[in-house]
Amino acid sequence: MRKSLLFILIIVTGLVLLARLYYLQIVDTSLVIHSENNAIKKQYDYPQRGFIFDRNGELLVSNQPSYDVMVIPQEVKPFDTTEFISILNITEEQLVERLDRAKIFSPRLPSVVVPQLTKDEYAYLQEKMRKYEGFYIQKRSLREYHTSHGANVLGYIAEVNQKIINENPYYISGDLIGRAGVESYYEELLRGVKGVKYIQKDRFNKDIGPYKDGIYDTLPEKGKDLTITIDGELQAYGEKLMENKRGGIVALEPATGEILALVTAPSYDPADLVGRKRSPNFTRLYYDTIARPLYDRGLLAEYPPASPFKVITGLIALQEGVTTPTERFSCRMGYSYGRRGFMRCHVHPSPLGLVPGISYSCNSYFAQVYRRTIEKYPTPQQGMDAWNKHVASFGLGDYLGSDLSTGRPGKIPDSEYYNQIYQYPTYKWYATATLSNSIGQGEVLTTPIQLANMTAAIANRGWFYTPHILKEVEGNPIKNPEFTQKKHTTIDPKHFEPIVEGMHDVYKSGTARFLQIPGIEIAGKTGTAENFTRIDGKRVQLTDHSLFIAFAPVDNPKIAIAVFVENGYWGSRYGGRIAGLMIEKYLRGEITRTDMEDWILSHSLEEEYAKPLSGEPFKINQ
Amino acid sequence: MAKSVTKFDWFSILLYLLLVAIGWVNIYSASIEDSQLGNYFDLSRIYGRQLLWILMSILLVVVTLSIEAKFYERFSSLIYLFAVLSLAGLFVFGKTIAGQTAWYSFGSFSIQPAEFVKAATALALAKYVSGVDVNLEKFSHQLRCFIIIGIPIILIMLQPDPGSALVYFAFIFPLYREGLPGIYLWVGLVSILLFITTLVFSAATVSIAVVILALMIFLINRKRRPSITRYFLVSAVCIGFSFSVDFVFNNLFKQHHRDRFNIVLGLESDLKGAGYNTRQSEIAIGSGNWFGKGWTEGTQTKGNFVPEQHTDYIFSTVGEEWGFVGSLTVIALFVALMLRLLFMAERQKSQFSRMYGYGVIGILLLHFGVNIGMVIGILPTVGIPLPFFSYGGSGLWAFTLLLFIFIKLDAERMAYW
Repeated sequence: MRKSLLFILIIVTGLVLLARLYYLQIVDTSLVIHSENNAIKKQYDYPQRGFIFDRNGELLVSNQPSYDVMVIPQEVKPFDTTEFISILNITEEQLVERLDRAKIFSPRLPSVVVPQLTKDEYAYLQEKMRKYEGFYIQKRSLREYHTSHGANVLGYIAEVNQKIINENPYYISGDLIGRAGVESYYEELLRGVKGVKYIQKDRFNKDIGPYKDGIYDTLPEKGKDLTITIDGELQAYGEKLMENKRGGIVALEPATGEILALVTAPSYDPADLVGRKRSPNFTRLYYDTIARPLYDRGLLAEYPPASPFKVITGLIALQEGVTTPTERFSCRMGYSYGRRGFMRCHVHPSPLGLVPGISYSCNSYFAQVYRRTIEKYPTPQQGMDAWNKHVASFGLGDYLGSDLSTGRPGKIPDSEYYNQIYQYPTYKWYATATLSNSIGQGEVLTTPIQLANMTAAIANRGWFYTPHILKEVEGNPIKNPEFTQKKHTTIDPKHFEPIVEGMHDVYKSGTARFLQIPGIEIAGKTGTAENFTRIDGKRVQLTDHSLFIAFAPVDNPKIAIAVFVENGYWGSRYGGRIAGLMIEKYLRGEITRTDMEDWILSHSLEEEYAKPLSGEPFKINQ
Repeated sequence: MAKSVTKFDWFSILLYLLLVAIGWVNIYSASIEDSQLGNYFDLSRIYGRQLLWILMSILLVVVTLSIEAKFYERFSSLIYLFAVLSLAGLFVFGKTIAGQTAWYSFGSFSIQPAEFVKAATALALAKYVSGVDVNLEKFSHQLRCFIIIGIPIILIMLQPDPGSALVYFAFIFPLYREGLPGIYLWVGLVSILLFITTLVFSAATVSIAVVILALMIFLINRKRRPSITRYFLVSAVCIGFSFSVDFVFNNLFKQHHRDRFNIVLGLESDLKGAGYNTRQSEIAIGSGNWFGKGWTEGTQTKGNFVPEQHTDYIFSTVGEEWGFVGSLTVIALFVALMLRLLFMAERQKSQFSRMYGYGVIGILLLHFGVNIGMVIGILPTVGIPLPFFSYGGSGLWAFTLLLFIFIKLDAERMAYW
């Protein structure tokens, strides 16, 4: 023992020290981060965010400098607070509170005292700034809007929150990120890549030179300029028409799938969400749960498509060979089916073939061809699924896959859906149980952009490109196959002609005959969708939604459009007028049907929207 | 004396040279001001001066090895006397730096006698213990040993420099090797345990634990009819010690000493104040990972985050810039040197040489364990240097002298008598 004690102690000491070193250097990785945090400062160099142009090369969004008043508490000398607060337009309490907060954050590091001054405020303050030691002005970049329209399309940028920081290591606190629309979907193109410089600090937090002579430093990469498919003028016009109304307009170029206009109403000026105004304005928009200005109705509003859907029913019937364009069906103010079933229709000549069926929007006609389609198959399940497949080929019933940051799938039922509701095989169901689908009611739900895309597919006689918002990146056309490859419907091109003829007749002699625009051949279809709300737990019917789909010119379609006006009553009343005006605006650049324009601009639906909230009993559809 | 019997132990000399060289490389990294590599001999810089001390210590090695081995034994009492006087003289002629009167100053050049006194004490103790009639089982002889050790301890405590004084407890190891009863080691071990447990828990808790433990051992051994009074006495002493620790710690220790203990024991964490050194040192070492950041590339070292990095905290530079592999290498070199010295001590023919050798190992081990233990945060902050590594001429020369006297004794072990 006397000989071995020191031997043991030497070995044990060595092992204990090594164990602790192993723990510090290998096991405990937090110390590496600590070391980076306190010895290496990362200085970021933010590139200019890309500009956004419309399809005609008009600048929509650029950048503007903004000026933050910063303070380094340590360096502040006594100053004339009365003058200072009057220049900055803040109260003395605010100033004291912000200075205290800055001091608590760090006496050595800069904190913001007043964020995002305007150019004018800056110009005035700049000359006086020398008097205030410890304060300085830091330039930042904000978005500048050259349009007051298309807020829902463009989106906005905002500071990243903790969730984004956790999910994406690119962002650090204080960084800006696109939060909706194009700004969000094409964030990575627009933002570019920030540069970073690594700087070695000493224990007083003083810079003592570049870390490793700057071998890890990177240069910033400028954001890319984007050209979007929106026609700025058409977008602005659409928003003007939708004033005092709620709803959405989606206009597409059928030949390319480009979105010409994407209007939602009510909307807001994109400049409202910039700089110092952002916070109060966002709160106001966000908490307006009645008009919901942040809710993009063109993309998100799922409603039964109603009569416009009849053209799909007709196309499927032709494709399945259960009828011919010339076969006529009778209508006695409706269609009786099964033991007690009856689908109501309105007054019109009878019997009708396909073309007048569309132009008069006859419920009975489409109920009968739909029933034949389903019953062509041995079981209603098979029939339903065959029908579902045709409808889905028009981009209905699922997310369209467009490059817009938001969307809804809509709903196209299939056999599984009905099996579940009717508890098949315990109970059976037949084609008649799903008959409302034929006229776009019942279980069918679509969004305006889906309807617009469906219209484009009809205009193209059987194919479409997925609607998209991005046209060019830095002047180069997009190459994303998702948007440059044709998608074909399951319907033969030849079956489209009678359908298009019927839609053309809607204008010539049908439900939209008063909306003709001289010199422009338009094909369209009206729609009137029943809708309900809940008041004190009771289901209450509201005035119908006004729907309209159209494309023009009939033989060489340049524009396909879907309009949806909440509680606008019948299809041609609001929807049809707006669709016509939009088409004329786009094709001709000016409006000849000024009577129609005046009517739309002078009519407001605010009263209609106030009805269910008034607490009083009210009448609908008047 | 025939030349053929003078055989230097080249292995330990090689280990010494390696440690000094690695030490300087790290001092260089810890003390360059900017990223430009400087002139190594720039005497206005810490690394330049250290290089000068190293060259001078080589000279010291030559001198130490050329003096006849017998000289160290014969003149050990005189050397000890001179050393003690040099410590006493500090209170008259010494210079006070940072509250410690530990230096003799000659112009810009200072020397710290306490470093050299270790070697002198080791010699004197070896001389006394190797006396023919000395028996370490006798209390009077033990007492003389303690006086030889105690005089420098008291003088150093008066400077005050408790860190350097602590090192003298290392002499318990050579004394134990030469026959000091094991009870002293037990008392030492139990004292340390009681000290730590009292600080972590409380004197009352420790007392209860002592009583329960004593009862249990008593009951287990009851068939052998143990003496109740002995159990009672030991327990009482332990409890008394525990309460006195409480008293001493709270009333006699200075606040910064209390902080150092509290931080290591995890009772307090003050990362900006007293815990700053330890925390920064841990961060520097911890960021080294397997292979370190490379020589002169340590970000913590460059940013001067670890105070005293070229002196007491030099090991943190090793950890940061050379990683676990580098730390392992340095520790392996120290362990190898100490084991080699142990082997050499055991082959001595004379008790004087063996006793002295054990003294050298004890001092090296204490410095090594306490210094690195402090730098990596498992021991409280104690200001003692890492042998051969830390910046400073006095320390380097004193350790060189301490080591090479033994190498000389070993070289002439055959011719000695």
